[in-house]
Amino acid sequence: MSEGLRIQREEEYEAVEQTPRLAPPLTKPEVPPHESAVEGTDVEISRDSELIGHSAGRRRSRNFRSKLALTLCALSTVIVMVPLALILFYIVYQGAGALNLSFFTSLPKPVGESGGGMGNAIVGSLILIGIAAVIGVPFGVLAGTQLAEYRNPRLSWVVRLMSDILSGVPSIIVGIFVYTLLVLTFKQFSAIAGGVALGILMLPTIARTTEDMLRMVPDTLREASLALGIPRWRTITSIMIKTAGGGIVTGIMLATARVAGETAPLLFTALGSRTWPTGLDKPIASLPVQIYTYAIAPFDAWHKQAWAGSLVLVLIVLLLSIGSKIFFGRKMKRAN
Amino acid sequence: MAGYLATNNLSASFGGGVQAIENITVEIPANKVTAIIGPSGCGKSTFLRCLNRMHELVPGAKASGEVVWDGRNIYASGMDATEVRRGIGMVFQKPNPFPLMSIEDNVSAGLRLASGRIGKAKIAEVVERSLKLAALWDEVKNKLHKPGGSLSGGQQQRLCIARALAVQPDVILMDEPCSALDPASTQKIEDTIDKLKKNYTIVIVTHNMQQAARVSDFTGFMLSKEMGEPGRMIEYGPTNKIFTMPERKETENYITGRFG
Repeated sequence: MSEGLRIQREEEYEAVEQTPRLAPPLTKPEVPPHESAVEGTDVEISRDSELIGHSAGRRRSRNFRSKLALTLCALSTVIVMVPLALILFYIVYQGAGALNLSFFTSLPKPVGESGGGMGNAIVGSLILIGIAAVIGVPFGVLAGTQLAEYRNPRLSWVVRLMSDILSGVPSIIVGIFVYTLLVLTFKQFSAIAGGVALGILMLPTIARTTEDMLRMVPDTLREASLALGIPRWRTITSIMIKTAGGGIVTGIMLATARVAGETAPLLFTALGSRTWPTGLDKPIASLPVQIYTYAIAPFDAWHKQAWAGSLVLVLIVLLLSIGSKIFFGRKMKRAN
Repeated sequence: MAGYLATNNLSASFGGGVQAIENITVEIPANKVTAIIGPSGCGKSTFLRCLNRMHELVPGAKASGEVVWDGRNIYASGMDATEVRRGIGMVFQKPNPFPLMSIEDNVSAGLRLASGRIGKAKIAEVVERSLKLAALWDEVKNKLHKPGGSLSGGQQQRLCIARALAVQPDVILMDEPCSALDPASTQKIEDTIDKLKKNYTIVIVTHNMQQAARVSDFTGFMLSKEMGEPGRMIEYGPTNKIFTMPERKETENYITGRFG
């Protein structure tokens, strides 16, 4: 910038100081160059090839490392996928043969008789999952809401810690806990006891996904709602939870899928049964326990049934996971 | 008058004891547009958010002093923040329509969720009136069921203005409402502001001095001496005077572009 121009501009500004403008400045006042220029810009800003790494050797080693990392990633992906694919393939291979309509509709036959199915176990599993959801979903969603929306640091810290510990507790321990709490108290194995055990196992997953999903809702929406004079609880239920709804439902479905396959906590809560469910206060059959019983029995026919049961269980879990993905995907599309 | 606001020694801080604004005492006249200008970080937005108790939503944030609205101090114990916000609405810097709601539902959200049961006919009437006031009706009247997010940025902002108007506040606070918008949309919002001041008191924070000069009747200039220092109201008065014969040197420096 030339010296002459600079002086001229300074004079302009002195003039302004003496006689205030009469009209609002409608054009943006230009900033005098001597104020906008950053001091010391005469430092040479040439590219330093040593820093940027244009040398051929550096480029080669960088390319090599990049390729190595990519290869490792691809390899790991394959290693992760192979067991899953093998398990699915083997279950279908072994189970599909024993799968027919009567498997879904009839009771297990006594040893020695052919045919029969796991109808009672499928219904039983659905009932257990239902009870678990009735317990796990409201408490889980409310706990997650508390963590995300009511920012009480000390309480949140405790709740989060508890939920982390709970998600790490082996499911059999939860089973023993419910056994002591309900089965011993009422002197009765029951569907309710099994459902409670599964419900407790669902809690941490649902609470944490709810918290995460609520945190993903932009603060601006909360503010928009509160600024309209919408009360806090209404903001949470009608704006926040609704907006995060897709993600929360996904979390619920994933938690459900996880507990659908739980066996250990059911062994001494729901116990198992060879008849159709007769009441929530009675022992009840479930797919995982039935599979377990059949798989360790010394009869070939039962092994076949166990495979078929496994296939049904895997299909239920797959359906839940895929369903949640589709549901979440649609919600997200609507949100954008 | 219901739209009259006055602050008395209003100070506000954030968590960790960071003082954002200090001892601001101004009177904001009813049915006028008051602009708050000043460089970044001078506490303009914090000041605005103190006027309807939005500031306290930030964890750890506190406000002290008085804001008198309709003869009552909104910070007095027993004042309900929800009621304050219903009477003193707000439009934010970035348009923030509710993403899962239609245009219509966005406008009526405040009514439906804050005021309990209201008849459908009444809601439709308020939606139409609010959208007309926000100069958006003609553009959306045939797609009221489309999601609010399907509109352009400028339309979304006018939707947010309509949404704020629907609960029939006395005062509307606008926090840099045009900073994310193109000039044509800005023009429309400014026209809307001009129309609205007949019935509403408007306080607008803006980075844009020309905008303040164009739309406002009164202007307040805020400044913090240094980074980290609390912002103060350096000068407050009729816009004409602030922009032509400011009393304070700092104001003059700012509006002539000397700094900031």
